[in-house]
Amino acid sequence: MRIAIIDTSTTRAAIISEGLREAGLDDIVVIDGMLGMVAALEKAAPEVVLINLENPSRDVLEEFFAVSRALARPIAMFVDQSDAESTNAAVDAGVSAYIVDGLAKQRIKPVIDLAIRRFQAFARLQAELHEARSALADRTTVDRAKAILMKRRGIDEPTAYGLLRAQAMRSNRRIAEIADAIITSDALMGDL
Amino acid sequence: MALDRVRIGFLPLVDAALPILARERGFAEAEGLEIELVRDMTWATVRDRLLYGHTDAAHMVAPLAIATALGRGRPAVAMAVPFVLGLNGNAITLSLPLAAQVMDGDALGDPVVLGARLKAVATECAATGRRLRFGVVHRYSSHNYMLRYWLAAVGIRPDTDVEIVTTSPTFAADALAAGEVDGICVGEPWNGVAVDRGVGRIALVTAQVWQRGVEKVLAMRAATLAERGDVVHRLIRALHAAAAQFVDPDTLVENAAILARAEYLDAPVDAVARAVGDRVRLVKDAVPIHVPDFMFQYREAANFPWRSQAAWLYSQMVRWDGTPFSAEEADAAQGVFRPDVYRAALAGSGAPLPNASSKLEGAIGADSIGAGSTQGRLILGRDAFFDRRAFDPDDIEGYLAGLP
Repeated sequence: MRIAIIDTSTTRAAIISEGLREAGLDDIVVIDGMLGMVAALEKAAPEVVLINLENPSRDVLEEFFAVSRALARPIAMFVDQSDAESTNAAVDAGVSAYIVDGLAKQRIKPVIDLAIRRFQAFARLQAELHEARSALADRTTVDRAKAILMKRRGIDEPTAYGLLRAQAMRSNRRIAEIADAIITSDALMGDL
Repeated sequence: MALDRVRIGFLPLVDAALPILARERGFAEAEGLEIELVRDMTWATVRDRLLYGHTDAAHMVAPLAIATALGRGRPAVAMAVPFVLGLNGNAITLSLPLAAQVMDGDALGDPVVLGARLKAVATECAATGRRLRFGVVHRYSSHNYMLRYWLAAVGIRPDTDVEIVTTSPTFAADALAAGEVDGICVGEPWNGVAVDRGVGRIALVTAQVWQRGVEKVLAMRAATLAERGDVVHRLIRALHAAAAQFVDPDTLVENAAILARAEYLDAPVDAVARAVGDRVRLVKDAVPIHVPDFMFQYREAANFPWRSQAAWLYSQMVRWDGTPFSAEEADAAQGVFRPDVYRAALAGSGAPLPNASSKLEGAIGADSIGAGSTQGRLILGRDAFFDRRAFDPDDIEGYLAGLP
């Protein structure tokens, strides 16, 4: 069963194909970008097409399916109302799938379920990365604010941190926000 | 009081203005609603989110709501359109090389004159084996039907003499620049963006093809309307209030700034403001010209979902999908538009409410005429097709037989 993956994120496409390969589905074509998408699909003639829901090529893809004679009447996987749970899970995860008409349902379901799990895994990975990045940014901000306080008030680092922390608790804000305010005011006030 | 939440899907286009402004300008809140807007890049995803419950309603190209209800290309899902988000507002932009061959002067083209010139070029191109190619935003879009209506009426056969392909509106300027297409028919601000980038020239606005042609609608599943009728009524009132405010010239600058924001259109504010103000810049660096009623969002009960508009769209669906006319399908298509819901929602307000639910489309050729209304005073302006053909919703087959 040949599966085409069209994705705006090459990382996610790699994560999905890896999962499919692990499950023994190794006839995979990855298509990225809008240019040449239709030609690549025609050449690959896949039986299943996985595309991220937010991909800007979805209208172009559906038009291709509507007029193409190269692929045997692909249909949206969403339209399979008999499996509402799987459909909703797919939409929630951000996957859309098109399947050549007539392909047995029991052969498709594992592919879709796997794609959903991989999409979710990618989303988690992204969230973690985002968290890690903002934690790193927070730490840099707090370090800079501490340095300003230490210099201007002639205090040591633990005392400077203690000041930041106490102010954050009093005003019910995050330490990073207080630190950010100190950096901003230092930039504006200069050596006043 | 807790607000009822309504999630509305949209594409980044100027005519998504009413739901955006209903949220941003407090009209939704005044009706006890909190509108949450969900932006997407394709109509396929706007439709899928609507069908699978990610959104409650959507800004949608009118023919797609009908195609979804008729099950074109997928199993049918009952749909309801209780409110029209606007009429017209699209343009046909040609690549500069093509424009140089078919346009002169510094005004908008005349559909007949331009059509004749385009026909000559299209014939020439087809003879050399490289047909002219036009991009539209979706198979089931008013853009597709307006472009095809014009081309066919000037003797250019779509799909035979020229190619028509699907292009995402936000990438239309790129497609023109890359030479993938020779012309585009898209909504604003994307024609304006193509012009400002120096990759295209606006040749026609769709109001020149069919004045007062139905454009985007508020679409929802019929089940949502049945379950949340009261919320839908309040949403209609909020959108109607937003429309009244949208056409007030004093609000233009601020509205354009809101629409241009990253979370909405994420587009240059100048191109957005031109569209909102009915000003069209035809070619890079030119002074924008005023095109009265380029976008038409409020007057003349513009938001009223006439069943005859749905009937016209169905006639074009039959024409270009190449499917046989069916009286049942025609009924189903017209049943998607819900003037009854519009009337119920706006009863007791100052809004003019038409007596009739259907009218002869394209029959008002010159001056405005008064029309029967159960509430308020209703005036309808010129609504002609450029070839002066009128559409009688009770005789779709006769109309189709008379088309080229």
